[in-house]
Amino acid sequence: MLELKDYRTKVHNDWCPGCGDFGILNAIQMALFEMKLEPHDVAIFSGIGCSGKTPHFVNTYGFHTLHGRSLPIATGAKLANTALTVIAVGGDGDGYGIGAGHFVNTGRRNLDFTYVVHDNQVYGLTKGQAAPTLPKGEKTKSMSAPAIVQGINPIALAITAGYTFVARSYALDVRHLKEILKAAVLHKGSALVDVLQTCPTYNDINTKEWYAGTELPSKTPRLYKLEETGYDGVVKNAQDMNEINEKKGQAIIKSFEWGEKIPIGLFYRNQEPTFEEMIASRMPVFKEVPLTKQDLFHRDISPIFESLT
Amino acid sequence: MRSARLGGRSFKPDSWGVANNQEVWNLPEENNVTWVIGGPQGGGINSVAETFAKSCARGGLNIFANIEYHSNIKGEHSFYRVRASDKEIRSHVDWIDLLIALDKETLFGDIHKEFPTHDGHRNEVSPGGGIIYDSSLKLKAEDIGRPDVNLYPIPYMEVLVGALKEAGHEKELSKYQVMANTVTFGASIALLDYDFNLVADSIKQGFTGRKAALGDLNVNAARHGYEYIKKNFVDGFPYKLHPIKSDQKRMVMRGVQAVGAAKFKAGCALQTYYPITPATDESEFLEHYEKNYNIVVVQAEDEISAVLMAAGAAHAGVRASTSTSGPGFSLMSEGMGWASHTEAPGPVIILWQRAGPSTGLPTRTEQGDLQFVLHAGHGEFPRIAIAPGDASEAFYDTFDSFNYAEKFQMPVVVILDKFLASSYQTIPILESLDLKVDRGQIATEADLASNPAYKRYEFTPTGISSRALPGTRGGIFRTTGDEHDEFGHISENSENRVKMMQKRMRKIQLAAEMIPDTKKANFFGPPQADVTLVGWGATKGAILDGMQDLEADGIRCNFLQIRYMSPFPSELVTKYLTTAKKKILIENNYSGQLGSIIREKTGITMDSKILKYNGRQFSQNEIYEGVEESAKNGVKEVVMAHA
Repeated sequence: MLELKDYRTKVHNDWCPGCGDFGILNAIQMALFEMKLEPHDVAIFSGIGCSGKTPHFVNTYGFHTLHGRSLPIATGAKLANTALTVIAVGGDGDGYGIGAGHFVNTGRRNLDFTYVVHDNQVYGLTKGQAAPTLPKGEKTKSMSAPAIVQGINPIALAITAGYTFVARSYALDVRHLKEILKAAVLHKGSALVDVLQTCPTYNDINTKEWYAGTELPSKTPRLYKLEETGYDGVVKNAQDMNEINEKKGQAIIKSFEWGEKIPIGLFYRNQEPTFEEMIASRMPVFKEVPLTKQDLFHRDISPIFESLT
Repeated sequence: MRSARLGGRSFKPDSWGVANNQEVWNLPEENNVTWVIGGPQGGGINSVAETFAKSCARGGLNIFANIEYHSNIKGEHSFYRVRASDKEIRSHVDWIDLLIALDKETLFGDIHKEFPTHDGHRNEVSPGGGIIYDSSLKLKAEDIGRPDVNLYPIPYMEVLVGALKEAGHEKELSKYQVMANTVTFGASIALLDYDFNLVADSIKQGFTGRKAALGDLNVNAARHGYEYIKKNFVDGFPYKLHPIKSDQKRMVMRGVQAVGAAKFKAGCALQTYYPITPATDESEFLEHYEKNYNIVVVQAEDEISAVLMAAGAAHAGVRASTSTSGPGFSLMSEGMGWASHTEAPGPVIILWQRAGPSTGLPTRTEQGDLQFVLHAGHGEFPRIAIAPGDASEAFYDTFDSFNYAEKFQMPVVVILDKFLASSYQTIPILESLDLKVDRGQIATEADLASNPAYKRYEFTPTGISSRALPGTRGGIFRTTGDEHDEFGHISENSENRVKMMQKRMRKIQLAAEMIPDTKKANFFGPPQADVTLVGWGATKGAILDGMQDLEADGIRCNFLQIRYMSPFPSELVTKYLTTAKKKILIENNYSGQLGSIIREKTGITMDSKILKYNGRQFSQNEIYEGVEESAKNGVKEVVMAHA
């Protein structure tokens, strides 16, 4: 019988005290445990930065890759062994900055995997520079001047890129995040979970208190859950282009809501053929047997030679 | 006056590649012809030339065929050279015995343009040779300016219309216009007196299934061209080809096919690529056989992704490869470092070099990336680098590369070039039954059950640790581009760092010990000679052919071809070169990169260099001329420049 501790490791964790990353780590471990996934059937891929250390703390196969490059490596591994549950984690700089090309193109393929982005608006490990999600005009404590470029909207970017499950959650709401992660892992196709994450050391704007709205006149939390407002981002008829476009449009508009009210939850979801299914449509055996289990070592290449005579 | 050589003929280009000493041409021989078709890109020269090559091979002849083309889709000048002979040939020569000009530019070049790129091929035709051109160009013999050459003006469109009429397609001239190439092809067969039936069969083989009718139409067009010559010209063309008996079944193969076939044989499961000349052909070849062999071919968003997808797949337990050219390989250097540092069992990276730097000459050949391959990536990490010299070696070296990638758990780069990628050569059917797959040390579920503290990066005497495949119970490990401990967890421990560096680097030493010398370098010719030629890669063919001419003229040569660049066979190279009298380096680059490596690894310095870096491969005659300049006249650095 698997227990929650089976998903943890004894590796020393050197994240700052109070870091939002702990919430994300706990949610990943709890989600895997609740889904009863065998640790050896799961592979976690990460980029570089504080979030990049995540695979060392989760007891599954773990690939700590290069800055911005976790998705290509995850893609290759998933294609090699489609039986693996593939989860990638990374920071906002990792995914939306240096890895932006891979972010867009992996979603375009609709590979069956889940991408968890630690979105804290700063580069933590290099000591607080502006990350791609930091809004224009904002200045965190280690910056000498406010940002003069636009922040990226990851939700809108993911939807237009082709991710078929696009959600946002909050690192300090572990229960919500865990449920979103479970849905994302279960989803067949590319899932983005953008996680608003506090960086207590370098982001002195979007703090725990900021998200809680304590300085707002209303003293109400900024974050609210889409599912509690009757918002429905799920496409019912995957053949209906009008419905798809409406749901995408609705999600994109929603994703620009920021400030006193910030939505979290599932923005958009649609069931479209995955990359693996598209490959299988050309090569049926790919659906039945992962490449790792196929005997590809006894191919008869004489027809190739014959064709050249 | 030079003595007869190169099969009875010689050719000396001036520095711009134009024939300037026509007095040395000698008489043609039977079954030894260089046939060239030139025309605008998209004009169908490839299909005709490849069909010609195949029909020669089926007639028992040997062929060597290479193409020169521009980085352009339609319109720019390209030409395809097919050399056919009853002797073994592994290279091209710079003269033309029979030239088919599909357009005027093939004859005169684009000298009327503000920035001309070439001055055509009419001056490369050997005296007594022939030129087929379109009579509708209304050229006078004086315009062509080669009174010593046979001229064969043919009304291309008129003959084609006749052929289409016979087949009931006379109203569709615009649709079939491109078949003018087939008319000229047929005409050339008539001049060479070659077996038309062999040609007809080869044409038909190119059009199977739904396209079969098109094959018949083309055969008909070729026949009309053939008959036009027979009817309208007296048979005075001195170059003849005829089928000869050959008991060996041979292939007409080019590098991309050799590498592709090897990947199938080796069990490659995933090929990734980003489109780039001249590497894409290989991925398309693999894709063509996707269904037959269950290979997944993925077009990635860039080469960064391509190399890392393959590395990820290798870690996950399949054989994976990627193919690229210089610009793409530049992007791959980061990923190659990660793959080696994390001891991924791959990927196999096929590098089809082209002339650099930057975009360089995208469709032209060069050996400019050797030093880069050996040093690509920051920090120090082991890699295997192999440089095959022809299609056959490309096949075997590619097969081996998958074994070594998995056995030694590091990336393997196979270095080839545009010339090898696209040049066709007759070779015997490659023996592949004895090739054995070796997947290295894999930790199975059973192994892991008895090893509760499995260490993916365990320190071992050989440096190799057994690898678990993700998905295996009991094999959970981490891998990281950070320095790590035996479990794959980040470690900045100084003692661990030293041990890990030594562990990884020890594997390249192990590879050096385990890979047999016979694979690492080839030595041709007598043990003692006047000159020792040293080279690598695709210059092999021209060097071997050029050596025969040098021998015939009394210059005794041997040739050291280095195939393994990493691990570098220092002892072997030292053994061959310490006793060599005069060492001449031959490379298709500016600086003589292999020469620098030899000096670095063995302390031996080359006596002179023959270099070429205009984006074109050495011809057989250039090897002769270069060695002569170097050996007889003592020139330290000879630069060849024939186009």
